Amino acid sequence: MRLISIVGQKLLNTAQAAGEMLALFVETLYFIKEAPRNLPSITRHMSDIGIGTLPVAMLLALFVGMVLSLQTGSELALYGTQEAIGSIVGLSMVRELGPMMTSLLVAGRIGSAMAAEVGAMKVYEEIDALRTLEINPVRYLAMPRLIACVFAVPALVVFADMVGIAGGGMIAAVNPQINVPFNVYYDNMVRSLDYMEVLKGLMKSFVFGGIIAQVGCYVGFKTTGGARGIGESTTRSVVISFVLIMIANYFLTRFMM
Amino acid sequence: MADKQDPRSPVTRFLGALGNGTQIGDIWTKLSHGFTATLMEGQDKQISYEDSHGGIGIRIESLNKSFNGNQVLKEINLEILPGETFSLIGPSGTGKSVLLKHIVKLLEPDSGKIFIDGHDIHSQESSPRNYRYSMVFQSSALFNSLTVGENVGLWLREKRVCGEKQIRQIIREKLSLVGLDGKEEMRTSELSGGMRKRVAIARSLAMNPDLILYDEPTAELDPVTSDELARVIINLKEKVRLTTVIVSHDLNFALYLSDRVGMMHDGQIVEIGTPQQIKQSQNPIVRNFIYTTTKGIKGEDN
Repeated sequence: MRLISIVGQKLLNTAQAAGEMLALFVETLYFIKEAPRNLPSITRHMSDIGIGTLPVAMLLALFVGMVLSLQTGSELALYGTQEAIGSIVGLSMVRELGPMMTSLLVAGRIGSAMAAEVGAMKVYEEIDALRTLEINPVRYLAMPRLIACVFAVPALVVFADMVGIAGGGMIAAVNPQINVPFNVYYDNMVRSLDYMEVLKGLMKSFVFGGIIAQVGCYVGFKTTGGARGIGESTTRSVVISFVLIMIANYFLTRFMM
Repeated sequence: MADKQDPRSPVTRFLGALGNGTQIGDIWTKLSHGFTATLMEGQDKQISYEDSHGGIGIRIESLNKSFNGNQVLKEINLEILPGETFSLIGPSGTGKSVLLKHIVKLLEPDSGKIFIDGHDIHSQESSPRNYRYSMVFQSSALFNSLTVGENVGLWLREKRVCGEKQIRQIIREKLSLVGLDGKEEMRTSELSGGMRKRVAIARSLAMNPDLILYDEPTAELDPVTSDELARVIINLKEKVRLTTVIVSHDLNFALYLSDRVGMMHDGQIVEIGTPQQIKQSQNPIVRNFIYTTTKGIKGEDN
């Protein structure tokens, strides 16, 4: 009986959080009309997300592309079909690995920072201060972050895709077992990739960017309980973002097939 | 000596440094203070900066509030007169700050009404409000990503109250009122506790409010800084006619500043009177509070 009660309470809490997050999302969308006056804040967040994450995103993408090429290429070489490695790395990076890997990285690096920053503002009464200054916290804090995230994450994905593909090509060329010249790798990759594939990957990252910003802000707004609460919010935002990105990825892939 | 770290990006610092009279600097300043605030100047002014009444009355009727079954406010009835400085005193946890947060609409009551300038502030019917209030928080609640000047001018810029030149003038005036002349460019992290409180007061004053509320203004301040703050508030009272509500457990501070004082205990207002009446009160709760805050040295008679 007690177990049912606990599970029921958890479900109710989840449903409430989902409803509140949706309400926050709708309110944030409403304030997008005010975006031009928050341009400095939006550009600052875009710079934090984009330029700040770019080096580590590129490094990650480089090694993911290299590992993908190494493992897949050596298997293909057993059957003498290693020339397909360009198509495989290109499609994998553009469709799945680029958007997913970059979004998870941004969720860990930026989403958690958003939750901590907004959470600290909540705990230290800065959000209450905004209200008494007649400034809507959703407009001032959530809207610029949402806009910055939905544009910065796809931009990062473009770079991650390019670097990942280049890393894969490099390994394909220099690894004696695979031994696929870069021009062959490139031609195969270009032949199998069309603009729609790239666009689908960017669409995914656009949605993932929105999820990261919304979760970061929502968790931040709900923070209570001082420094410990801020720490918990940071963890919670990463976990929720990861789960929602995974779920969204499945459904987006399914609907864009 | 270690250099003080400036959290602004190098580009922002460089462009900010150009701000002293050059055209590029001016454009950057306008951009960084709200792009369309400049573009829409003159066509989107919804608020007149000069329309402050200079003091409004507050009436609280049968206010009740509970948190998780714990009743924090019990049948609060209170009237604060226009232009009055009213202090709510009492030990921690008696509901003083909760009451203050109801007045600025940060909390909704379970039952009861609050009228400010005759308007029921929690009423669903939205009637146009022709007064402004601001609050100085216990933690000061300054925005650490902004400079002192940007904190003070935040409301003016967000509400596009006036042009950038006038905003800077207002920021200088308000900082001067609280004794912080020329501190516009300082980072909030460089300020002492007392200075943070004064910046928070300047930020509230920048709204040209009719009502200003202070939540534990002397919390975490030493007696000398508390005294300085008291003098700042008294100076303001002389220069700017507004209604002031102070929540404090600092009895001396409250008695020194206030026209009237209310004593809260266990979610209720148990005594209201002038500072003299409070000091001479025979109410055992008030007497106990006065005794515990002024008992002096152990073994000596008062």
